[in-house]
Amino acid sequence: MSGTVLIIYAHPAHQTSRVNRRMMETARDLEGVTVRDLYELYPDFHIKVKIEQALIEKHTHIVFQHPFFWYSCPSLLKEYIDLTLSYGWAYGPQGTALNGKTLLSAITTGGGADAYKRTGHNFYTVNELLQPFDQTARLCGMTYLEPFILNGSLQVNDQAIDAHCNRYRQKIIDLRNGDIGEVYQR
Amino acid sequence: MTDGFLYFALIFLSAAVIVVPLAKRSGLGAILGYLLAGVIIGPFGMGLIKNPEAILHFAEFGVVMMLFLIGLELQPLTLWRLRKPILGLGGSQVALTTFLIAAGCLAMGLSWPVGLAIGLGLALSSTAIAIQLMNERNIFTTYTGQSSFSVLLFQDIAIIPILAIIPLLAVGGDVGSVQQAIEVVEEQAGGSLWEKGLMVIGLVSVIIAVGHYAMRPALRYIAQTGVREIFTATALLLVIGVTFLMKSVGLSAALGAFIAGVILADSEYRHEIEAQIEPFKALLLGLFFISVGMSMNFDILASDWMTALGALLGLLIIKFAVLFFLAKIFKFDFAQNLIFSTLLAQGGEFGFVVFQFANQVNLINADLTSLLNMVVALSMAATPLMLMFYDRVIVRRLQNAQNFDVLPEKPSIKTHSPVLIFGNGRFGQVVARLLQANKIQTTILDHDPKQIDTMRRFGWEVFYGDVMDMELLHAAGAEKAKLLVLAINDREKSVAAASLIKQKYPHLKIYARAYDRRHAYELSKVGVDYFERETFHAALNMGREVLMALGYRAYEARNLALRFAKHDRKILIESFSYFEDEKALISFAQQSREELTRIFESDRTDAELHREEGWDEDDGNKPQIGKR
Ligand SMILES: Cc1cc2nc3c(=O)[nH]c(=O)nc-3n(C[C@H](O)[C@H](O)[C@H](O)COP(=O)(O)O)c2cc1C
Repeated sequence: MSGTVLIIYAHPAHQTSRVNRRMMETARDLEGVTVRDLYELYPDFHIKVKIEQALIEKHTHIVFQHPFFWYSCPSLLKEYIDLTLSYGWAYGPQGTALNGKTLLSAITTGGGADAYKRTGHNFYTVNELLQPFDQTARLCGMTYLEPFILNGSLQVNDQAIDAHCNRYRQKIIDLRNGDIGEVYQR
Repeated sequence: MTDGFLYFALIFLSAAVIVVPLAKRSGLGAILGYLLAGVIIGPFGMGLIKNPEAILHFAEFGVVMMLFLIGLELQPLTLWRLRKPILGLGGSQVALTTFLIAAGCLAMGLSWPVGLAIGLGLALSSTAIAIQLMNERNIFTTYTGQSSFSVLLFQDIAIIPILAIIPLLAVGGDVGSVQQAIEVVEEQAGGSLWEKGLMVIGLVSVIIAVGHYAMRPALRYIAQTGVREIFTATALLLVIGVTFLMKSVGLSAALGAFIAGVILADSEYRHEIEAQIEPFKALLLGLFFISVGMSMNFDILASDWMTALGALLGLLIIKFAVLFFLAKIFKFDFAQNLIFSTLLAQGGEFGFVVFQFANQVNLINADLTSLLNMVVALSMAATPLMLMFYDRVIVRRLQNAQNFDVLPEKPSIKTHSPVLIFGNGRFGQVVARLLQANKIQTTILDHDPKQIDTMRRFGWEVFYGDVMDMELLHAAGAEKAKLLVLAINDREKSVAAASLIKQKYPHLKIYARAYDRRHAYELSKVGVDYFERETFHAALNMGREVLMALGYRAYEARNLALRFAKHDRKILIESFSYFEDEKALISFAQQSREELTRIFESDRTDAELHREEGWDEDDGNKPQIGKR
């Protein structure tokens, strides 16, 4: 299913970001891709729901791109989800606006890959921790894709970041062209 | 004992203290109260004071001070903007009124020089009465107020040539040539006209130059000594000095004081001077009204009441008609026009001066002079009564006629809004709109008929009233209300009102608009529950936008601004304990500025630290609990 990509980008400290900022910038100018820089658009957390919903309706693939914050997303993205995915629009009777779309989480974690397992510092895997997003997608009739993750984001060197950004750009192009890749394994 | 200073003070102050509050209570207003007090203690009342003229003369200084204060409020630029109404409205008012009154006198069989002198004297309105009334209604800065003021100002200037013409009229038909006329005037003035003219121009230039260049450093020097009463003395000296200078060349002292005021209008000591002069002015003006009351000659009224009342009515009607006609040409709306014409329809204090002078040069005989003085005094007393009539009767009529949505109205039935908003200008309006948009019942009150007029045209229900009027608050349902938003734009009044309301209605929370830090301090001192500085958030948002324009992220700019605002408010409230001591305040301000810089700095390092790990095994803080 080819189409368009809507990147919902949430980073409160964009100005000091090493990874997410560059990821966002490599994807931004692609054709058929729209980026919503939430913290720049809604510094007061007052989200214009109608506008955001209209944008979602116009795109086929939705990407939540953000650093991993307390095993979840930064708060403004949560606010965005709370308000935009409204009853009767995203879920509930007649809540079919999202049916058939795909949702991808593109995240960077400070913790390394080893930290996200039973024997590690964070006990759960990142995929396990992302279950709320998966279930959100399910409720709204969306396909939740295999998360696009960079671990150890605080340690990685410039080369690794470059490589990651290239992969991200390719991932977005693929999505736009209808190649949705792997789906999240429950 | 009955002519000493203490005796006079005792009589005047007692009369004022007893009568004025009674008059105010019963709705007659302060001016009528003073006039009444004067009548009571004067020769025709209890006869406690014998020589009212001398006192009137002294009290006229109150009018001089009033004009000085008005000058202080008027920047030269504002004055320049008013040039059209001053010349157009004021000029035609004086000319037309003089002409009509003179014609009337002629018809009554008086000679034309006498008629002209009477016309000129009666054309002048009472600055003291009109401005006092405008202040009471807070309409001085409205279109009506400014127009009225323009007319009064023109009259103040016109008094100079009028006093020059009187001696000419005295010799009446005998003046054969221009040459002779000039001689007559020069004889009266005691010098050549050329010299006089040059002296006037020279004097005004001196006042302007000194006011502009020398006063500021002088005031600063005196302020720095920190002896408050010397500052008061300086302010008084300034006004008295100007008066003295102007009088010495036979010019209107009021005009000189006005010019001096305008020149100091943009100096930083303006408010301080204002505050120092204000009480003197208020007292002297009261004294002035009292002496007008005292000088009312009831013998005349008794002996020839028909003529006196006829003259009074004639005067009021002619003046009112001329003003009304001119205001129509100048496109006032109907209600504004009524107020304007009523405010200026009386004879004024300059009339006394003109008639006395005309009597001196044997133009008008003593009987006629007292009659004229009586008519002027009565017309002054009539003005507040006429305005009362306007408020009570005309306003209702117009309202019933429905085509005027203009009219101020006091809330007559008790409303039961939880919120009262006082002041519906730029500030109160926003609060009111937010609340009413959310269907929260609010009762909105304002002091300014013009503002009410505008708001009513836009479909808002706004009531007329003064915030110091506790009766009004009662009528507006203050007992039942939870909260009062005090959004008036008068600093002193808002503090006074807050304090009064807190005493009367302790349960009522007061949320006040503050002008600046000092005002916020004063408001807090009298116990307001919350204050907001009127421009603070606008400036803060501007700062936030500037940060963004410089490349800061919106979210970061927001956080910096919020951080700043929070710190600023905290510091402001802490600084309240230093407000009485400037030195301590300055050092505290310095300290807190440094503190703020430190806070922002440590925020930045925190942000950097925050990036550092903690989510990894290697970071050395292995979680102890939570392992499953
Ligand atoms: C408030 C906050 C919470 C964080 N929570 C986590 C977390 O739960 N797990 C984790 O691995 N990293 C966490 N981190 C580290 C961020 O994920 C890391 O700073 C980010 O991925 C760096 O990406 P950037 O270079 O784009 O800023 C947190 C960082 C912050 C500031």
